[in-house]
Amino acid sequence: MHPIVIIGAGPVGLTLAIDLAQRGQNVVLLNKGKLTASGSKAICFSKRSLEIFDRLGCGQRMVDKGVSWNVGRVFLKDKPLYGFDLLPEPGHSRPAFINLQQYYVEQYLAERAAKLPNLDIRWLHKVTAISQTDDATTLTVETPEGSATLQAQYVVACDGSRSTVRQLMGLESTGRVFQDRFLIADVKMTAEFPTERWFWFDPPFHPNQSVLLHRQPDNVWRIDFQLGWDADPEEEKKPERIIPRVKALLAYGAKDKKSVPDFTLEWASVYTFACQRMASFRHGRVLFAGDSAHGVSPFGARGANSGIQDAENLAWKLDAVLRDQAPDTLLNSYASEREYAADENIRNSTRATDFITPKSAISRVFRDAVLDLAKDYPFARTLVNSGRLSVPATLHGSELNNPDEDTFASRMVPGSVALDAPVQLADGTVSWLLPQLQDGFTLMVYGAALTTSLPCQVLQIEAQNAFTNPGQTNVLIDHHDLIAQRYDMQPGTAYLIRPDQHVCARWRQVTPEKLQSALDLALGRSI
Amino acid sequence: MSLITTPNFSAADDFYEVLINAHQDLSIEESQAFNARLVLLLANHIGSFAVLKEALQAARKMESKLTP
Repeated sequence: MHPIVIIGAGPVGLTLAIDLAQRGQNVVLLNKGKLTASGSKAICFSKRSLEIFDRLGCGQRMVDKGVSWNVGRVFLKDKPLYGFDLLPEPGHSRPAFINLQQYYVEQYLAERAAKLPNLDIRWLHKVTAISQTDDATTLTVETPEGSATLQAQYVVACDGSRSTVRQLMGLESTGRVFQDRFLIADVKMTAEFPTERWFWFDPPFHPNQSVLLHRQPDNVWRIDFQLGWDADPEEEKKPERIIPRVKALLAYGAKDKKSVPDFTLEWASVYTFACQRMASFRHGRVLFAGDSAHGVSPFGARGANSGIQDAENLAWKLDAVLRDQAPDTLLNSYASEREYAADENIRNSTRATDFITPKSAISRVFRDAVLDLAKDYPFARTLVNSGRLSVPATLHGSELNNPDEDTFASRMVPGSVALDAPVQLADGTVSWLLPQLQDGFTLMVYGAALTTSLPCQVLQIEAQNAFTNPGQTNVLIDHHDLIAQRYDMQPGTAYLIRPDQHVCARWRQVTPEKLQSALDLALGRSI
Repeated sequence: MSLITTPNFSAADDFYEVLINAHQDLSIEESQAFNARLVLLLANHIGSFAVLKEALQAARKMESKLTP
């Protein structure tokens, strides 16, 4: 019997498979097609996704190829309304976002996966039946060599919004379908727009609708045209309909007629979308992650990014359960934490969609009033919603969090993703905090030494001027004082960080008993 | 702070007159847009989400009494 079978080798399935294989698990990954998504699909990968890819050994490759950006601008008709900077403070290893075609992300993940001997990827394997008992899950799989049966302790369905596994199990993902259509076109051209997210409400070149423009690598530009509910999807997919729309945008953006760039259409699609999720992400020994479990509108880059975070939440928990370090019920916390995150993503995505596509006459009146006021009044710009871009959910209320006993003036509450900061290693090398966290639990202690026999890496954080012994490998120098600021560190302050880099406990002074109890809680041993 | 529902106007009749006058010559659609802008301006001035929610509830209750 296989410990883990993952279905679907998109960004979510590949992330999960690599994470588990890096932890030493034997993983089988099935994909019904061959590698590489057609078209570019997801393009915005968030800071948090990049930090996860860093841990999986392929973050730098993504950043090197991708287009890094932090700034977005919103226009009303032909006038700029406002701009926003998604990473206004320095001292982070990764930008707020990179734009990178999904096929590159999948390629880089697949190449990383191919280096892991305990990760067995099987292309052209399509699941046709699934059943489970208390002890095992049985899959029937169509392969190029015929039909085969696989048994697994756990199955994870990462097989997308039209999940085969979900359908075979008679389960549904439910929610709201939005009555609007969008044309998405990837265009290859040499253009002079800056590397920023540009969003227009009612631009002169596409009146009464919205347009989004975004740069990707290889001189490819993503353009999203709102079409309205009455548009004919089959007609709008035709190049003779798409090309004039793109030309109108380019003619508008060009200084004069001669500088209108030539372009070729790389990929296009007309889509509608829904905000929906499954009632539960866990069904016995079958878990759902990514689009199979939840779906959002694209205006916030919350689809692929949240799926990648599902994968990292699940990987260490499955590993701990399979190693008997945690009870099977720890996996219930995967479902509850990521359902909570999905609700947050759906809420943000629904709000943006209601602003871009007002669902009633009065909703439209208020939307237009906001845009009208935003020209003159800064307060109204805070209401303009062209998408609230993906940030990781803070898992408030998770049963794995150790409730605060002490007072902190910092955002790093239990349940939040640990913030990055620059550090200097004991040998003088300059690096970043997050890459110093190993695959297990980490205890960060400020200005004090601590030894423990508990299964947990200890990182001693020292201020710039503190005395340190160059031979100590677990000491980090906070040479910009940013760890102290971001974590409200005082001598003795300690943070316990989960394998998925979420804070789960913090104290002004830690004791072995407190640490043991927080580890038990985070591993689901005391639920 | 909670929503003030006791008399709080510095000049109640004057306010009412300028409110009505401000809508003069506006079509229904223009009046609706005007009202929306006014709500947004006043809502930002109030700021507190708790107070705004109270106001929304109070307005909604009034409406349901008036509309059978």
